[in-house]
Amino acid sequence: MDLKLTPQESSFRDELRAWLANNVPKDWAEWREKPLEESFPYLRAWQRKLHDGGWAAVSWPKEYGGRSATLMQQSLFWEEMARVEAPPMANSLGLGLIGPTIIACGTEAQKKRFIPKILSAEEIWCQGFSEPNAGSDLAGLQTEAKLDGDHYIVNGQKVWTSYGWVGDWCELIVRTDSSAAKHKGLTALLVDMKSPGVEVRPLRQMTGESEFNELFFRDVRVPAENVLGEVNDGWNVAMSTLMYERGSYGARLQLTFNRYISRLIELARGVRRNGRPASEDPLIRQKLAQCSAEIEIMRFNQMRAFSRISATGVPGPEGSIQKIFWSELNQRLQQIAQELLGSYGQLLGGDLHAVDNGLWSYGYLRTRGNTIEAGTSEVQRNIIGHFVLGLPRSY
Amino acid sequence: MQFGLSESQEFLKDSARKFFAGECPSAEMRRLMETETGYDAALWSKLTDQGYTGIIYAEEYDGVGLGKVELMLLLEEAGRALLPGPFFSTVVLAGSVLDAVGSPSHKKKYLAPICRGEARATVAILESSASWNLRDVQLTAVNGKLSGEKLFVSDAGVADFILVVAGNGVFIVKAKAKGLKISPMLSMDLTRKLCVVEFKDTPAELLGPTTNLPRAFDIASAALAAELVGGMQRTLDLTVEYAKTRKQFGKPIGMFQAVQHQCADMYLETESSRSAVYYAGWALEENAPEASTAVSIAKMYSSDAARTVGNRSIQIHGGMGFTWENDLHLYYRRAKASENAFGDATFHRERIASLVIDAPGVTAKSA
Repeated sequence: MDLKLTPQESSFRDELRAWLANNVPKDWAEWREKPLEESFPYLRAWQRKLHDGGWAAVSWPKEYGGRSATLMQQSLFWEEMARVEAPPMANSLGLGLIGPTIIACGTEAQKKRFIPKILSAEEIWCQGFSEPNAGSDLAGLQTEAKLDGDHYIVNGQKVWTSYGWVGDWCELIVRTDSSAAKHKGLTALLVDMKSPGVEVRPLRQMTGESEFNELFFRDVRVPAENVLGEVNDGWNVAMSTLMYERGSYGARLQLTFNRYISRLIELARGVRRNGRPASEDPLIRQKLAQCSAEIEIMRFNQMRAFSRISATGVPGPEGSIQKIFWSELNQRLQQIAQELLGSYGQLLGGDLHAVDNGLWSYGYLRTRGNTIEAGTSEVQRNIIGHFVLGLPRSY
Repeated sequence: MQFGLSESQEFLKDSARKFFAGECPSAEMRRLMETETGYDAALWSKLTDQGYTGIIYAEEYDGVGLGKVELMLLLEEAGRALLPGPFFSTVVLAGSVLDAVGSPSHKKKYLAPICRGEARATVAILESSASWNLRDVQLTAVNGKLSGEKLFVSDAGVADFILVVAGNGVFIVKAKAKGLKISPMLSMDLTRKLCVVEFKDTPAELLGPTTNLPRAFDIASAALAAELVGGMQRTLDLTVEYAKTRKQFGKPIGMFQAVQHQCADMYLETESSRSAVYYAGWALEENAPEASTAVSIAKMYSSDAARTVGNRSIQIHGGMGFTWENDLHLYYRRAKASENAFGDATFHRERIASLVIDAPGVTAKSA
C-alpha cells in the first residue's frame, strides 16, 4: 500500500496541469448557466482543443488516439479537470461509454469509421437503452429490428436518452430474436440519427429542464454492418457499456462534492441559528462533519476499487458500491443544504433573494434522479447481492 | 499510487487469519470469555512467537518494526476472531502510549517486555465523567503518589503494570503497588474485561507529559476501528452464509430482496469502513498532516457501521440470531464497547468538525 504518486503519475499530472493552465477557457463561468443548446458549440470547441492536445480520451489505447492511461492517471485527469473548473466535453457519452465499447466489441471498419469523430466531437453520440416498459428490467426491451436483406428495420421507442437532441449517432439496443430468452435475443446497433423515421422529442423532468429525450423509431433502416458485437449478443455489449458508466462516474464527483461541502461550511458561518452562527451549532456541525467524512470515504473506496481493478482492466461489480454511495451521499448533502438555508433553500435561480442563484433548490430536486439514473439503487443492491455476495438471484 | 495491499501485507493478513482461526476458534473464544480475565498464557506465548506482541515497535526494544498498515491488518484479523484477553490493551494501547510518551530507558524497561511477550499492561484513562476529552481528567499525582479512581480500564485484572493518565502526566503503577485495588465491572462485551482501578497513596513513576498522548490514542482508535472491520466481515460472512441456506416459503431467504438488500448494505458498510481504516493506517504511518482527521473518519464511520451491520445480521438471522449459542451477539457486544472506546461517532464527528470547519486561518471562531 503506497498512496504517494509514482514518478509516472506525477509527470502525467504535471504535464496535464501545464497544458490546462495554458488552455482551459477563462470564460466558462459566463457560459455554464446557459441552456445546453446554447453552450453546445462552445463545448464542442473545448473538446476539439483537448483532442488536439491529446487529452480527450486519456483512458483509450494509444493506437485509438488515447494515452493508455492507467486508472490512477484517469482519476488524476478528472481531478485536475475539476480543480481548474474545466467545462465538460461535448461528447461525454461517446468518450466515456460508447467509444470504449466500440473499441472492445467493434470491427476494424467500425473503429476506423467512428472512433476519430468521437474524439474530435464531430459526431455526438447518445445511448438508446431504456424504454417506457424496460427500465430496471432492461432485458425486457421491445424495440425490434427485423432483417430485410442487408438492412435491419427498426421500430420502437426509447426514453431517458441524454444528448438525444444533438446526437448524430446512437448505440441502440434492439430485439432481433423474439423467440429467444429475453437476454439472448438482443443486438446492439449503431444508428445514424439522421435516418428517416427517427424522431426526437424533449422529455421535461421534475427540475423543469429537459436533459433527456424520447426517441421514436418508425421503419428506420440500419445497415447490417452497423451491428456492434455479435447478433443476439447485445446484452453483453450493453453490460460492458454500463460497467464503464458505473465505474467512471464516481471518480469525477470527488471534487464537485468537495466544492459543495466547502461552500456549505462557508454558508454555515453566515447563517444564524439559536443566536449564533450555524457553524457553531452542534447539530449542524455533526451533519457537516458526517458529510465531509463520507466524501473522503467515497474517495478512499474509489482509490481501492481502482487499485483492485487495475489488474483486470475492466471495471467489475465493485462499481455498484460507488454508485449507491455517491448517489445517496449527494441526496444527504442536498438535504443538509436545505436545513442550513431554511426558507432560502426553496428559492429558484433568477430570484432576487436566491442563494448561489438557486443552486441548492435545483440540487435538491435533481439529486432525486441520482438514485434512479445509471441503474437504480435497487438494481445496484441486486448486483451486489448476486454477483458480489453470491446470493441467489431475486428476480 | 496503490491502495491495494502489498504482497507482504497480504501474507501477514493471511497468516494472521489462519493463526487466529487455528488458535482461537469460536469454541476457544467462548472458553476464554468465561474466564475472569480472558487471558491464556499458552495463547499469549503463541502470539509472541508470531511477533504480534512487538509488531510495530522498534527492534531496539525487541519489536518487529512493521508499520501501522500492518497493525491494522493484524487487528482486523484479531477482530474477526473476536480475540479475547489483553492483546489490544497491552500491545496496542499500552505499547503506543509507552512509545509516544516514554524515554528510551522507559521503553527498555516497559515496552521491551511487552514486545517479548513477558508483560501484560493497560492504560487507565476514564474517570467518573466517562469523558474521552483529556481536559476532563481530574486525577493528579502528588509527590509521586496517586489517590483516586479510574473507571472502564480494560484488562487491568491481568496487567503487570498500568499506565495512568493524570492531569500532570502519565504515570506507571505496578500491579503489586501499595494501595492499588482492581475490581471487575460487569459490562456488555464479555471478551474484553473492564475494571475499576482505585489508588490510595499508591506510588507512581512518571512516564512523561501528556503532550504526546493524542498520537497514541490515534493509533489505538484506528486499531479498534480495524478490529471492528474484522468483526463486521465475520458478521457479514455468517449472515450471507445463513441467507443462502436458511429456507422459508420454499426458498433461501437470501433470495428475498428485503434480505438481500440488507446484505448489500452490510457489504457497503464493511468495505467503506475498511477503506477508511486502511487509509488511517497509512496516514499514521506517513505522519500525514491529515492523520488525525483520517483516524476520526475511520473511528466515526466504523463505530456506526459496526452497530448497523450487527443490527442487520441479527434481524436476518431471525430467532436464531437472538440465541445465546449464536456468536452474533458476542460481536454485537464487542461492537458496542468499541463504539464507545476512544470516543463514539458523535465525539469523532465533533473532532472532524473542529479540524475541518474550524481549521485555523479559515475562520475566527467566536466564543
